[in-house]
Amino acid sequence: MSFIIWTIQLILVPVLSPLVIGVIRKSKARFQNRRGASILQPYNDVWKLMHKDEIISADASWIFRYAPYIMFAVTLVVGASIPLVASFLKNEYTSDILAIVYMLAIGTFFLALAGIDTGSSFGGFGSSREMTISALAEGGFIFSLLTLALISGSTNLFSISAFIAAPNLLSALPIMLAFLGFFIVLLAETSRFPFDNPATHLELTMIHEAMILEYSGKRLALMEWASANKLLIFISLAINLFFPWGIAQNLSLGAVTFGIVVFAVKVSLFCLVIATIESTIAKLRFFRLPDLLIVSFILNVVAIGLII
Amino acid sequence: MLVLIASPTGFIELILFFAVGAIGALCLRKDDKLANVRSSFFAIVGSLWGTIFSVGALFALNTILFSIGTPVFPLLSVSIAIDKLSAFFILVISLVSLFCSIYGFGYVRHFYGKYSIGALGFFYNIFILGMLVVVSASNALFFLIAWESMSVASYFLVVYDRRDPNNISAGSLYLVMTYIGTACIVLAFLMLYKFTGSFDFTIIKTMMGTIPDWIKNVVFVLAVVGFGTKAGIIPFHGWLPSAHPAAPSHVSALMSGVMIKTGIYMMIRLFLDILSPIPEWWGLSLLIIGSISSLLGVLYALTEHDIKRLLAYHSIENIGIILLGLGAALTFTSLGIHSLALLGLVAALFHTLNHATFKSLLFLSSGSVINQMHTRNMEEYGGLIKYMPQTALFFLVGSMAISALPPFNGFFSEWLTFQTLFQGIASLDFYAKWIFVGAAAVLAFTGGLALACFVKVFSATFLARPRSSEVAHAKEAPFSMRFGMGALAVLSLLLGIYSGHISAVLGYVGRDVSIFHDVPALFLSSEAGRLVVGNFSSVSAPVLFALLLVVLVVTWGVVRFFVYKKQEIHTGITWDCGTDLTPRMEITATGFSRSIISIFKSVLKPSMQHAVEYHDAVSRYLPKTRTVTLGVRDMYRLYLYEPINGFVVRLSRYVKRLQNGIINAYMLYMFVVLLVVLFLAVR
Repeated sequence: MSFIIWTIQLILVPVLSPLVIGVIRKSKARFQNRRGASILQPYNDVWKLMHKDEIISADASWIFRYAPYIMFAVTLVVGASIPLVASFLKNEYTSDILAIVYMLAIGTFFLALAGIDTGSSFGGFGSSREMTISALAEGGFIFSLLTLALISGSTNLFSISAFIAAPNLLSALPIMLAFLGFFIVLLAETSRFPFDNPATHLELTMIHEAMILEYSGKRLALMEWASANKLLIFISLAINLFFPWGIAQNLSLGAVTFGIVVFAVKVSLFCLVIATIESTIAKLRFFRLPDLLIVSFILNVVAIGLII
Repeated sequence: MLVLIASPTGFIELILFFAVGAIGALCLRKDDKLANVRSSFFAIVGSLWGTIFSVGALFALNTILFSIGTPVFPLLSVSIAIDKLSAFFILVISLVSLFCSIYGFGYVRHFYGKYSIGALGFFYNIFILGMLVVVSASNALFFLIAWESMSVASYFLVVYDRRDPNNISAGSLYLVMTYIGTACIVLAFLMLYKFTGSFDFTIIKTMMGTIPDWIKNVVFVLAVVGFGTKAGIIPFHGWLPSAHPAAPSHVSALMSGVMIKTGIYMMIRLFLDILSPIPEWWGLSLLIIGSISSLLGVLYALTEHDIKRLLAYHSIENIGIILLGLGAALTFTSLGIHSLALLGLVAALFHTLNHATFKSLLFLSSGSVINQMHTRNMEEYGGLIKYMPQTALFFLVGSMAISALPPFNGFFSEWLTFQTLFQGIASLDFYAKWIFVGAAAVLAFTGGLALACFVKVFSATFLARPRSSEVAHAKEAPFSMRFGMGALAVLSLLLGIYSGHISAVLGYVGRDVSIFHDVPALFLSSEAGRLVVGNFSSVSAPVLFALLLVVLVVTWGVVRFFVYKKQEIHTGITWDCGTDLTPRMEITATGFSRSIISIFKSVLKPSMQHAVEYHDAVSRYLPKTRTVTLGVRDMYRLYLYEPINGFVVRLSRYVKRLQNGIINAYMLYMFVVLLVVLFLAVR
């Protein structure tokens, strides 16, 4: 039984993640008074790219060739280790907050190396910017999860989710502050506004796109898919750790079905929020970004100050 | 068997191996090859025996206690006490020196005919010998002799490449700072002697109750300065980034990997064992020192483009992380929370072991790069992964381990350190709690910055296109060097995967320290390879590793063989916007970290100098050349070392007036001194 659940956990994130991208793109198109492509378009994109030939730079090494697989595998493992629709699937092996943070860092590490590997100047500055942002986001990321861990007395993500699900007015304020901090980190780590523009190839502003500029075919498909996975992982963390109401607490058909429905609704709402932000605010100048990330960190420190 | 290995004879044999290696190398100094074979052989066999001996001593029932010879001097006795803590440090030293010696056998060949190999072998063996005795001596005077032989031997190794004037000045700085540190240590031991009447550690420990508190505090400060100088904590780190790069690479690996840990060993020995009970502020101040060292260490590392200096700054960072674990352990000890204190001690010990492996791995692999490139400047590397694929792989493993990426070992010791700090945040009183919050924040940022730094090092060295013509001549390192690096890389992975078991062993080591004798093993346990901290956290290294590996292989297999099998992969040139791409268009190590440096400009004080040369000096419209020099001001040199240096120089100038060359004046001085002495004696 547990093996089946693990397998479901493992494939749930990659199966749903292109849909998330589709929903965000669709809502952004509506904001721009366009009809936009179908929300299933990202699946078609992946399928199309998977069936194309590839060109790899002569300067690239095996780092460039294997980085997409490593990135994709890491997002799969992390996706399997976080609560998605049920908090009773607790595992004591990989669902630790620090394990999650540092496993995602493996992906960032190889992504940045792959960006430099082809010797293109775009890839180089993309990696430099990405590492700057992710280095500064790390404090906020760990501390926002730490706030929850201190409230719930465990660093296991499933325990946190189960604990926060029980309503408690006393810890509502620190949870909200930690959520604001986490939300800023979410935007930074998933290359969203105001940190990065996922829809641009303008050399002055791109970060994530600059690193994957030299990819094509299957490897590009994996890179795109992996970043979609990462987005869904962060959204799931946000909704299941900070607002876990409705998550399935036990293994009954009713609870699990309700959990799935609630999960779908909350993820869609979150996509709408992200789309709204991307449509209404402008991208910040690169050297303003540290201020935002420090704000995220300070919000979390205040949250910790409220609970300890 | 165990009794045979873990016996006084075993330790004497260990000492003899290195002594024979040292003397043999000196005797055979006429023949470079023979001297190298001789010294490396004994160093390798000695370290191998050291590993076996220390494992035996770890699991021996009793502490190995013995003295050699009858005491000639009343206060100095050659007494050795190897408890579990000493055995653990002997293990770390032997393990690292084993692989460094194997590597060194191939590495020192390029010194043949240039410098004396015999001298190198002599000092190398004496250096390891000194470290081994430092961690096992139980008499303060004997300890100081070993400490000095370790320091002096390492000084000669630092100035070994003596034709480079930079190395000579680095060596002098090292020697001066070491002696300042040693002076503090001597003073600390003298104060203990004054109140206990003994230099023997066990006697000092039993007499601890008779020592007034303020003396203990003074001893603490002196010990932190003295041993901290050796460990390289900020602001006493000045010698480290210049001395470690100057030494031959396998020696840098030993210095950075284990020598600086002897300072940590003595801190643990003094603060947790000998001087207990201790006040709370000791632990808290170590936490603050550790936070400053780790954050500033990694920031300075980011500014470097000399590969070995960069690694040396990372040693400072990691010593800071070890001190976070140790400082937390001291704080918990002073508050009587012994189970958490043990957790902190285990975190510190585990990080000591891990840092020893991955830092020596990084130094060895950077050494083999420098050996081919003949420069330490990363800006002249690039694309080396194609010429030295195995070295690149080993360096990658080291980079991932030091950046705390699972499943390598660095992650698990940082995980334990984080857990210790989290426990402190959850359970301590107001002031201590906020210091713990600060320490955890520093650790989080340090992790992120270290990751950025190693992306920079690895990509500037091994990726993209070559940035100098030297790269094309680079060849893979010889077998013995690759073996040394490969073994350390495998060790990094294994220490990560078996982190659960290792921390259980370290818990056992920690419980041998007398104050932790009766701490139950429950709090930090490991079943099925899991690391468990109470009900709070758990992580399983084997599952993490297996899961990552299986998912990676399956993903690769499915995408490669089940989706569009007929895919063709062409090789083309990188998109060049219609111009020819040159290596000058790649990002450089300096450029890569410049944005982080600008963000931390209040700490790092980056400097930039423009110089423009014009075609025409009158109109100044057409510039001929433009130069931009980017740099970072060294705050410590500017605001700490230089003022102290200036003060000493000014003082010396005054003192010089006494030494005026007139013999009558000197007679007068003697007469005055005699009078004063007589006066004091008679009174």
